[in-house]
Amino acid sequence: MANVIKIKKGLDINLKGKAPEEPLTSGKSASYAIIPDSYCGILPKVVVKVGDKVKAGTALMIDKNRPEIKFGSPVSGEVTAVNRGEKRKVLSIVVQPDSQIEYEDFGKKSVSSLNGEEVKAAILEAGIWPFIKQRPYDIVASPSIQPRDIFVPGFYSAPLAPDFDFIVKGQEQDFQTGLDALVKLTAGKVYLGKKVGSALKATGVEIVEFEGPHPAGNVGVQINNIKPVNKGEVVWTINPDDVIIIGRLFNKGITDLTRLVAITGSEMNTRGYVKALYGCTIDSLVAGRLHEGGEHVRLISGNVLTGTKVTKEDYMHGYDNQITAIPEGDDYNEFFGWAVPGFGKYSVSHSYLTWLCGKNKEYDIDARIKGGKRAMIMSNEYDKVFPMDILPEYLLKAIIAFDIDKMENLGIYEVAPEDFALCEFVDTSKIELQKIVRNGLDQLRKEMD
Amino acid sequence: MKALRNYLNKIKPNFEEGGKLAMFRSVFEGFESFMYVPNATSKSGVHIHDSIDSKRTMTVVIIALLPALLFGMYNVGYQHYLAIGSQPGFWMTFVFGLLAVLPQIIVSYVVGLGIEFTVAQWKKEEIQEGFLVSGILIPMIVPVDTPLWMIAVATAFAVIFAKEVFGGTGYNIFNVALVTRAFLFFAYPAAMSGDKVFVRTGTTFGMGNGSIVDGFSGATPLGQIAVAAKDHFQGIVDTLGHPLSSMDLFVGLIPGSIGETSKIAILIGAIILLITGIASWRTMISVFVGGAAMSCIFNLIGTTVSMQTGVLDQLLLGGFCFGAVFMATDPVTSARTEKGKFIYGLLVGAFAIIIRVLNPGYPEGMMLAILLMNVFAPLIDYYVVESNINKRLSRAKINK
Repeated sequence: MANVIKIKKGLDINLKGKAPEEPLTSGKSASYAIIPDSYCGILPKVVVKVGDKVKAGTALMIDKNRPEIKFGSPVSGEVTAVNRGEKRKVLSIVVQPDSQIEYEDFGKKSVSSLNGEEVKAAILEAGIWPFIKQRPYDIVASPSIQPRDIFVPGFYSAPLAPDFDFIVKGQEQDFQTGLDALVKLTAGKVYLGKKVGSALKATGVEIVEFEGPHPAGNVGVQINNIKPVNKGEVVWTINPDDVIIIGRLFNKGITDLTRLVAITGSEMNTRGYVKALYGCTIDSLVAGRLHEGGEHVRLISGNVLTGTKVTKEDYMHGYDNQITAIPEGDDYNEFFGWAVPGFGKYSVSHSYLTWLCGKNKEYDIDARIKGGKRAMIMSNEYDKVFPMDILPEYLLKAIIAFDIDKMENLGIYEVAPEDFALCEFVDTSKIELQKIVRNGLDQLRKEMD
Repeated sequence: MKALRNYLNKIKPNFEEGGKLAMFRSVFEGFESFMYVPNATSKSGVHIHDSIDSKRTMTVVIIALLPALLFGMYNVGYQHYLAIGSQPGFWMTFVFGLLAVLPQIIVSYVVGLGIEFTVAQWKKEEIQEGFLVSGILIPMIVPVDTPLWMIAVATAFAVIFAKEVFGGTGYNIFNVALVTRAFLFFAYPAAMSGDKVFVRTGTTFGMGNGSIVDGFSGATPLGQIAVAAKDHFQGIVDTLGHPLSSMDLFVGLIPGSIGETSKIAILIGAIILLITGIASWRTMISVFVGGAAMSCIFNLIGTTVSMQTGVLDQLLLGGFCFGAVFMATDPVTSARTEKGKFIYGLLVGAFAIIIRVLNPGYPEGMMLAILLMNVFAPLIDYYVVESNINKRLSRAKINK
């Protein structure tokens, strides 16, 4: 019997627009792209030129400081553009796909016959290493460092997030192979944090069950409740979807970056799951699915809390397996909003009378900030949605002041920006907390190197 | 509604940088966001936000204060007509009180908001809502006969030196309303204490003419206890000498500062604050626990009248309840950690009773107790944070 950890703090925001467990037909993506910005802690170096022919799995770019980290192409085809911004920063590498995908052949391998170094080399070679992240700093993991443990969250708990139990159906074998590969990469344990009552099966790893509201599915919360990261320790994290991709590499010998992407949000006509290749255009996922005349729609690659704002012309971002469409709300003028009783306005506090409507009501929340930015006034707001043994307000203040000792002492090494997403949602003062944490982590890493 | 929105959109450019009226930009922005929820959408970070903002928060606090304020107005009239021995009926009584209190509210708001608006424009920031609550608290915690100019001076002092110099709402160390009260108390002690100030015996805008009845004394129950000799004390009485029960203290038709007398009204406010989750139940409850515990200890010693006062009466007397519900729970100046709030509340309650009982010069201790604990709140938080740090350090050691 696996042990169950109950998460008490947190919040499930009951949004309209959940994806039913139905497969939808996938659209054709005119091009595919890698966006370096969706990976933290790397310095992109492009290793292909415009006009080059690539196969699925061919490296498009590498990390300048850790050249063994390669970023594989999701499709075969021709490199059509390397878009750069200010100071020649790489914005995206675009590939025009062939009609039929040709795969780079890395050879089928049986994980059980390989040692850790060989497994690592195989993953690096196939260009899928960047899916493994590390704490501290929440960046692409360094292959040269031995992680204490590896944590795999076995479910997603964010608003409208896809159901991994559904995603894994038919791919159980790849998932298990992926986990077996991870076991070889650490001298410690591989932890799989699964939802209580989930049918997810896995062997050879330590299974811990979690019960409670979001962010119970956040890997940071799971780490903190299983075995927190101490100063000097490194742990790795990887999304379960990407464990499947690693599994495919060993079972089929190819870089197959297919993901089941959830189409969610109240502004979508049809919702469900789409088979899509990582890096496809947003348009190929949402075309024909948005409400008519939807000009004031916000498209998000990822979920409403941690995702990236995108347009139809943009590409699916690195770790995402969800597209969300919510109303933008910029065409809406609300008269005396602070004074009305506010039935139907979502708030965690009971200062609007919405809470009388009960827990099962679904909400359609738009992208308005709904207030001015202020200093931190209310106390204990963050604590209520932050189920880690960390004092979020004090950690944030230490980051703002960039007091390194304080940051270390208060647990900076254990957190990622996503852990503060709910705090940012409930914040009366409307401060961009995730940005503060991201900047703090980046600066700290510069100081420590 | 639409016409107003269009009009606002039309005049908006005048207030932008470089416009004719750019010097009033903060004021315009303040009024615009007062009327319409800003429809700016998030650029980065979370895509959806909770509907609450600081305007809503302050609105809820003001709503919670209204019962106590309205009752206070009625009580001002009630005490006045009791003193002159006439009974003009409910509405006359209320209007008398309304007219007596309204100028104080106006003065406090005009002075305080004037300073806030100016500073906001000067710093090119949005106008912050914090003073909406302070501005209504100030008239509620002063005696009704406080001269208006004193309120103006004290409010200006508090807003500038207790708040703006620290950086504005959210950065202040002391509760602004209480600094106002403390300033009044120490700068103009004669106008702030004694038997004359808590009941208006003169007229208000010509209303309520009459001569004071025989045997009238404006002493508040707390004042009576403070000066009572142990052997001759017969119990607290109202202004005409009739004895007062605990129930009378609870209902609140007794002399005192405007907002503090009715515990029923304060209870309604407390319920609003707790249900909406704006005020911390941790702080509120621990203040009462701290006060009750300290009263018990003094009961055991029992050498003076005020030491002998029962636990229930101690908590019902003076501004204890008002302070516990509306002042100690101020999130900015109280302890901010969950555990810290318990310690903070207990000490506020205990100190309030200690000052009240042992200090002969000033019968009420709540104001000074909260201000004192405002100073120590960061220290309390420091130790709570330190314990979290130590836990993390010891965890790291065990693992090595």
